[in-house]
Amino acid sequence: MITATVETRDNYLTHEYGVKSWLLTKDHKRIALLYLASISFFFFLGGIFATIIRLELLTPPGDLVSAQTYNKLFSLHGIIMVFLFLIPSIPATLGNFFVPMMIGAKDLAFPKINLLSWYIYMAGGACVLYAMLEGGVDTGWTFYVPFSTSYANTYVILTGVGIFIAGFSSILTGLNFIVTIHRMRAPGLTWFRLPLFIWSMYATSLIQVLGTPVVAVTILLVAVERGFHLGIFDPALGGDPVLFQHLFWFYSHPAVYIMVLPGMGIISEVVSVYSRKKVFGYRFVAFSSVAIAVLGFLVWGHHMFVASQSVYASLVFSFLSFFVAVPSAIKVFNWTATLYKGSISYDTPMLYAFGFIGLFTIGGLTGTFLATLGFDVHVTDTYFVVAHFHYIMVGGTLMAYLGGMHYWWPKMTGRMYPEGWAKLSALVVFLGFNLTFFPQFILGYLGMPRRYWAYPEEFQVYHVLSTAGASVLAVGYLIPAAYFIWSLRYGKIAPDNPWNAPGLEWQTSSPPPPENFEITPVVTSEAYDYSILEEMKVG
Amino acid sequence: MANHSLALRHQFDDVEQQKDASTFGMWIFLATEVLFFGGMFCCYTVYRSRYPMAFGNASNHLDLILGAVSTAILIFSSFTMACGVNSAATGAKNALVGFLSLTILFAAAFLVIEMSEWHMLYKEGLMPGFNFTYKEFDPGHVQLFFCMYFAMTGLHASHVTIGIGILAVMAIRAWRGAFGPEYFTPIEISGLYWHFVDLVWIFLFPLYYLIARHLQG
Amino acid sequence: MNPQFQLFPDQASATAVHLDHLTAYLLIVAVIFSTLIFSLIFFFAVKYRRRSGHERVGETGHALPLEITWTVIPFVLMMVMFTWGARIFFEMSRPPDDAMNIYVVGKQWMWKTQHLEGQREINELHIPLGRPVRLTMTSEDVIHSFYVPAFRVKFDVLPGKYTTAWFNPTKPGKYHLFCAEYCGTLHSGMIGWIDVMEPAEYERWLAGGAGGESLASSGQKLFEYLACANCHRTDKPGRCPNLTGLFGSKVQLTTGETVTADEAYVRESILNPGAKVVAGYQNIMPTFQGQVSEEDLLQLIEYVKSLAKQPAQGAPTLGAIPPRLAGRGITRPPSAPAQNPKR
Repeated sequence: MITATVETRDNYLTHEYGVKSWLLTKDHKRIALLYLASISFFFFLGGIFATIIRLELLTPPGDLVSAQTYNKLFSLHGIIMVFLFLIPSIPATLGNFFVPMMIGAKDLAFPKINLLSWYIYMAGGACVLYAMLEGGVDTGWTFYVPFSTSYANTYVILTGVGIFIAGFSSILTGLNFIVTIHRMRAPGLTWFRLPLFIWSMYATSLIQVLGTPVVAVTILLVAVERGFHLGIFDPALGGDPVLFQHLFWFYSHPAVYIMVLPGMGIISEVVSVYSRKKVFGYRFVAFSSVAIAVLGFLVWGHHMFVASQSVYASLVFSFLSFFVAVPSAIKVFNWTATLYKGSISYDTPMLYAFGFIGLFTIGGLTGTFLATLGFDVHVTDTYFVVAHFHYIMVGGTLMAYLGGMHYWWPKMTGRMYPEGWAKLSALVVFLGFNLTFFPQFILGYLGMPRRYWAYPEEFQVYHVLSTAGASVLAVGYLIPAAYFIWSLRYGKIAPDNPWNAPGLEWQTSSPPPPENFEITPVVTSEAYDYSILEEMKVG
Repeated sequence: MANHSLALRHQFDDVEQQKDASTFGMWIFLATEVLFFGGMFCCYTVYRSRYPMAFGNASNHLDLILGAVSTAILIFSSFTMACGVNSAATGAKNALVGFLSLTILFAAAFLVIEMSEWHMLYKEGLMPGFNFTYKEFDPGHVQLFFCMYFAMTGLHASHVTIGIGILAVMAIRAWRGAFGPEYFTPIEISGLYWHFVDLVWIFLFPLYYLIARHLQG
Repeated sequence: MNPQFQLFPDQASATAVHLDHLTAYLLIVAVIFSTLIFSLIFFFAVKYRRRSGHERVGETGHALPLEITWTVIPFVLMMVMFTWGARIFFEMSRPPDDAMNIYVVGKQWMWKTQHLEGQREINELHIPLGRPVRLTMTSEDVIHSFYVPAFRVKFDVLPGKYTTAWFNPTKPGKYHLFCAEYCGTLHSGMIGWIDVMEPAEYERWLAGGAGGESLASSGQKLFEYLACANCHRTDKPGRCPNLTGLFGSKVQLTTGETVTADEAYVRESILNPGAKVVAGYQNIMPTFQGQVSEEDLLQLIEYVKSLAKQPAQGAPTLGAIPPRLAGRGITRPPSAPAQNPKR
């Protein structure tokens, strides 16, 4: 049934007014929007750093900024994008908003902890910002010792403390989701009737909860070593710099799955809705999410093939890394099969989903290259790796995030975004992205190392292509920022279910009331059951 | 005087679900704490297996008596905590407040002993970063031992301190009658936290104070 | 020499050729699968595009045979990647026995290379064509990484530790040397050249340089200068172990453990002698930390290595004082817990 909503109906946005009602809210939907504002800020900040980096790299010599400034730029770009944007992005915005709704709950299990997690995130972010304004950090987001403990003369401790604090935000969000998904599903909503977005968020939360504490304690040890001159990783005292790497990557590898799993969850939703078909191989996709989370903890050593770990350790890590690629491949095939004999519409979210599947495939395949031992020796720490992870995180996660934002924008705000501009931006993003990052694969194999401020001349042509792509990509991100804000005031009023989608979140108004549902729904059908909607359709 | 503690939070369907969720949440939090300490236990294990002599040597400088006494105190505090949870379940308000206070007292005693041990080590020139003057057999790796010792006992002590704060809040709320047999979940989950803090120490104590003391250079 | 628009790096070692074959396989698999997915998406999106509001969709929920197929086939292809990659990795990890040794010390922000004959170079390394080279590397400060794209060789360089890499140059020319582990402000300046020369030309270069003595001989001078020879006598037993024939042999320690006397052992013995005390000796050696640089250490190591080439009494292993020397006035430390039970 497609009805037009009238905005005089009470919804979570209009229920209360005033700054206090936002800053002290316990409503998961409002908290999601608080997060949305903060992470968008950090995204654009990280993007500004990326712009300056790409501009510097237009020419071989370092002629735009000083070497140390450049090093600070890539460090802050990484820290902000990883810890302050990608990791919270989907879970804390779309997850916070929709996990309770998709399971028919009134809120998360612990709303006050949810609000606390936003404040913790802001505190961590503020700390990092303060460190940045004081002069920043130039250790790379990876903080390798002994450089970060004994040689860097930038704000390592302050930045580390900021990341440490922000980590707790991630842990609390994950904890909240796990308890909510376990204990607060609507009657009739068994595990295998859950939307795949919930499965992804659950798997993500497992990683957040188990992995983040390890990086927290690792950064703590770095800060303590640097601050009190203890010698935990100091080789002169018999400390082992490689031990730091093991501890760091034990989290930071699963972290990349924190970043991509939620995106995969969105793609499952979007591909289904815009093909009007349930996801092919539902159980396989669901189990793949959990498999990725578990296997993701076993492969961290593939970042250390040339770090002097034993050859046999490297063998094991390489072998297991191929295992973790399998569930991701299964998902790609299942999404593609979902399209078969579907009824496909080209709405913007679907365009982003197509982009995701294609670019994630390339990113994932190059991931298997990196898992290949001999090959990795040549390309590790080169632009090949940079290209690989940007394909996954930008071509993957960020595209999924944008797709999810467009998909759920009407539900969250009660407004439609302008479809023409949206489709155009999706195209611009796709083209800009590939032009930016594909040349970097070539650069990497040619031998261009990463984190280089100046480089030999023969690499220039690829850098010029990459920077050109980056300027196109930037435009592709600015346009949605503009029209989303525009739509809040001038966008078409959205119906309750503009996409005619199944899923509990669409069975309530756009925007939803504060309690999400007038009556707690009771679930009797499988996930992605379009036949019910067919019966309900009028005209 | 029920204030709002007996009231069902709006996101839950019934009290049962609310209690279940809170307890589950605390267990997950404890899992994160296991990983948090786990990173350091990992460092310790790697270094102990590489430098057994230096570590054995260094552990001889830790006071076995004080360590044992503080361990006993902490274990006993877990006992009083468990008694407190039991009192809450049976509605014995005064007993609950009493046991919580005892637990806090023991925790404070533990910290006092810990700080005096630290002070002694400082005086002996065995506190890296502040006063480390050990020059005998394999000073570098002995220093590594003490770095790990202070880092881990420090992290543990911070958890004890936070625990004292939590228990103090619980004691005040208990005294104001916030808990009874139908609602004492915060006491229960504080108890879980406290037992965890105790458990970490039960690992720390043998690893640092007890094992391989005979290995001396 | 370097064309503007290169798509592939030079192949200047045997390993490079091997690796490029593997890369070709990887690329073929990638192209096949990405083309497959891209085409299927495109094809399905067009063929099954929505034509009206009410459309019946095909009933396809799952198909176990299909799931198994598209799990097993990629897995098999990946196992090929794994095995092939592992083979090349083993090749990269095992320098041939006849490789010539070169020492490398990385520091912020330069590469110092040392030939055994004594030549030192900064940010450059001249080597002869066709002879495998083993690099023994360490860092003076932070972690660096020695990377020569044309040889497809890369390995991290760590403080306090020796790491090894090797290559066999097969094409003369000048090839980029990069630092590939971020190490601070001038990380991108820590670059240089590997010069692969025809053997005859290399000999000329070796002879003509500022040269000087071999590493081993400089090491000997340092050994005497630092008074190591006072204790570590080679003529008669002293308070310290005899170093003749030490390098490469097994050494028993006071803990009962046995270790191999390699570069790392010699280095540690000089900088932190108390960490490993040879069985039958006391912990009396002073530390030389702060008195010797990384390069000094390499010279001393080469000197100790050279002592192995002298005629030794059988295959001397250090440990308990040999019975034939007992009773010659050598004091045994009374405490030595030689019977430490195995932990």
